[in-house]
Amino acid sequence: MTPRSNRTMTRLITRLAQVSAQSALLAAAVLLPQAVSANTGVALQHFTANSGNLPSAQRGARNFMAYCSGCHSLKYLRYERMGADLNIPPDVLKKNLMFTSDKLGDQIKIAMPAASVDWFGRVPPDLSLETRARGADWVYTYLQSFYLDDSRPLGVNNTVLPGASMPHVLWELQGWQKKAEHAAEGAKEGEHGAEHGGGHHEGSPFEPVSKGTLTPAEYQAFVGDLVNFLDYASEPGKQARISTGLKVMLYLFVLLGLTYLLKKEFWRDIH
Amino acid sequence: MAITPNPYKTTGALGWIDDRFPLTKMWKEHLSEYYAPKNFNFWYFFGSLALLVLVNQLLTGIFLTMHYKPGAETAFDSVEYIMRDVPWGNVIRYMHSTGASAFFVVVFLHMFRGLMYGSYQKPRELIWVFGALIFLVLMAEAFCGYVLPWGNMSYWGAAVIINLFGTIPFIGPDLVTWIQGDFVPSDATLNRLFSIHVIALPFVLVGLVVAHILALHEVGSNNPDGVEIKKKKDPATGIPLDGIPFHPYYTVKDMVGVAGFLIIFCAVLFFMPDGGGYFLEAPNFTPASQTNTPEHITPAWYFGTYYAMLRATPSFAGTQIWGVIVMGAAVVILFFVPWLDRSKVKSIRYKGALSKIALTIFAINFVILNYYGLQPPSDTVQLISQIGTILYFAFFLLMPWYSKIDKTKPVPERVTE
Repeated sequence: MTPRSNRTMTRLITRLAQVSAQSALLAAAVLLPQAVSANTGVALQHFTANSGNLPSAQRGARNFMAYCSGCHSLKYLRYERMGADLNIPPDVLKKNLMFTSDKLGDQIKIAMPAASVDWFGRVPPDLSLETRARGADWVYTYLQSFYLDDSRPLGVNNTVLPGASMPHVLWELQGWQKKAEHAAEGAKEGEHGAEHGGGHHEGSPFEPVSKGTLTPAEYQAFVGDLVNFLDYASEPGKQARISTGLKVMLYLFVLLGLTYLLKKEFWRDIH
Repeated sequence: MAITPNPYKTTGALGWIDDRFPLTKMWKEHLSEYYAPKNFNFWYFFGSLALLVLVNQLLTGIFLTMHYKPGAETAFDSVEYIMRDVPWGNVIRYMHSTGASAFFVVVFLHMFRGLMYGSYQKPRELIWVFGALIFLVLMAEAFCGYVLPWGNMSYWGAAVIINLFGTIPFIGPDLVTWIQGDFVPSDATLNRLFSIHVIALPFVLVGLVVAHILALHEVGSNNPDGVEIKKKKDPATGIPLDGIPFHPYYTVKDMVGVAGFLIIFCAVLFFMPDGGGYFLEAPNFTPASQTNTPEHITPAWYFGTYYAMLRATPSFAGTQIWGVIVMGAAVVILFFVPWLDRSKVKSIRYKGALSKIALTIFAINFVILNYYGLQPPSDTVQLISQIGTILYFAFFLLMPWYSKIDKTKPVPERVTE
């Protein structure tokens, strides 16, 4: 290995590193998630979903089955897979999370008839891919943004999805809220919400009407668990993929070192 | 007819084959005795990387096809089936989807290398023309593949692209119906795009790649100095003085490039396969719907530059065909580059300031256009896209002029590094 070819390779490695660093920077600059809901302009609260947070995802699974699964299916997810991934033993799964008629290998479907379209104006959507289609921020904010609105058939509306046909299923937990007079304008311009979110304090787009069984902080955590679970449901293989990826990266760095040494050895006599 | 015994004096099993098939001959011609310039730099990794990504697409494509079910009713579900129920299905799918984006990154850089070092100049015009054809087929292949998951962006992307044909006078609307096999993108459309994606275009693509490499090996590789290494040969052996056998020297060097590339590729594949919503778009996680239009229909990111030109061109005389013509011309003009460049030298290293400025502006403009092609339409986007479109064409159309009057530096006899 001559000093010159050594320099060439050092330069090459440096350039590779530069290029990857630059592309990462570029990616960060260009691809930063939009903090604003595309269709309404309402500021979304940021939530970093982490399906790897097992206790949270487990609570989310339990709460999804208790509050959501009456209307919303997870038709691409099987009970058995969910139990295995989230470390829920089959007997607990059967006893607490499944409809009695379902089998372990079944997908999580709903018993609701197609006629439900008459109940809410539309069939409640399947939520298997909700966090990938709309983003975790959207779901997180949506579940905290129901407010009383007399103009709606069910007396409730949502700032994130105006005219939503979904009732506020979680009202017992959150309590009722109405749109804050002072914040109505600010929320539209996206000045609030992002920092203040669902807490009923100064600057929130909502003001409380009645208390729920959970405190605002507890409710926020409850919604966070649900989003973590939905993040899991949107790609059950995610955690396995990431852990495989770490091993692959380790291997590739070793491979890069070895191929570099091999190249150096072969090119020793090229001047 | 093969000569027996063969001229390579191989014996045994290899000898038996060599008596009947040019195995040793091909090995020598294309690898062990293909003499490549010894001064290849970083930019010369992207040819072999493009080949690597092509193989990746073919292999992962085979496995995806085993589980994917074309059809408007089945496609979306089968992709989720692959993602969840097929062992390693999610990794294979991400290899394929990330591979599609990586293909364009690598090919863009490979083409930029060609522009930089004049790799299209005589006698390498055909290599470039085959390359431009590969690019064209690759775009068609990528479009067809993009439709297959039958998500909502697949659907509306297909609708927008196929309807471009509708701007053709007289036959346009009928042509669109004929292409779709229906009045809107539907089951029939999906199935024919599947057929084209997995059989027709890969077949053409591989053939073109073979032609691209055969043409290259016929005339020999260019290099960062643009020096013809065949002009200075060792009188005793007839081997170019600045040439080294492709194998083992460039096979081992390309392995370093492959390892470096795979680090970036796998980082995306395993840790951010969505590519921040650019490699896999959020609306595509909702099944195709005729009634639910995504708020902002964009093509895949690698079409951004050309899509920007399409949108930048105003309609005129009651038809929007001009945008389609401009977009088409932007690709077709690539084929003429070997004859647009009138410079006496090949490499940017020995070209003058005009050519260097032109290429720099072109590259920056290409990236800017790509970015704005993906933004929601606005007056600013429109204006930038229009300026960008003019700059894009100016690079090519003014090339005969600026490459000719540009002051060049003397090219060395031998390669410099």
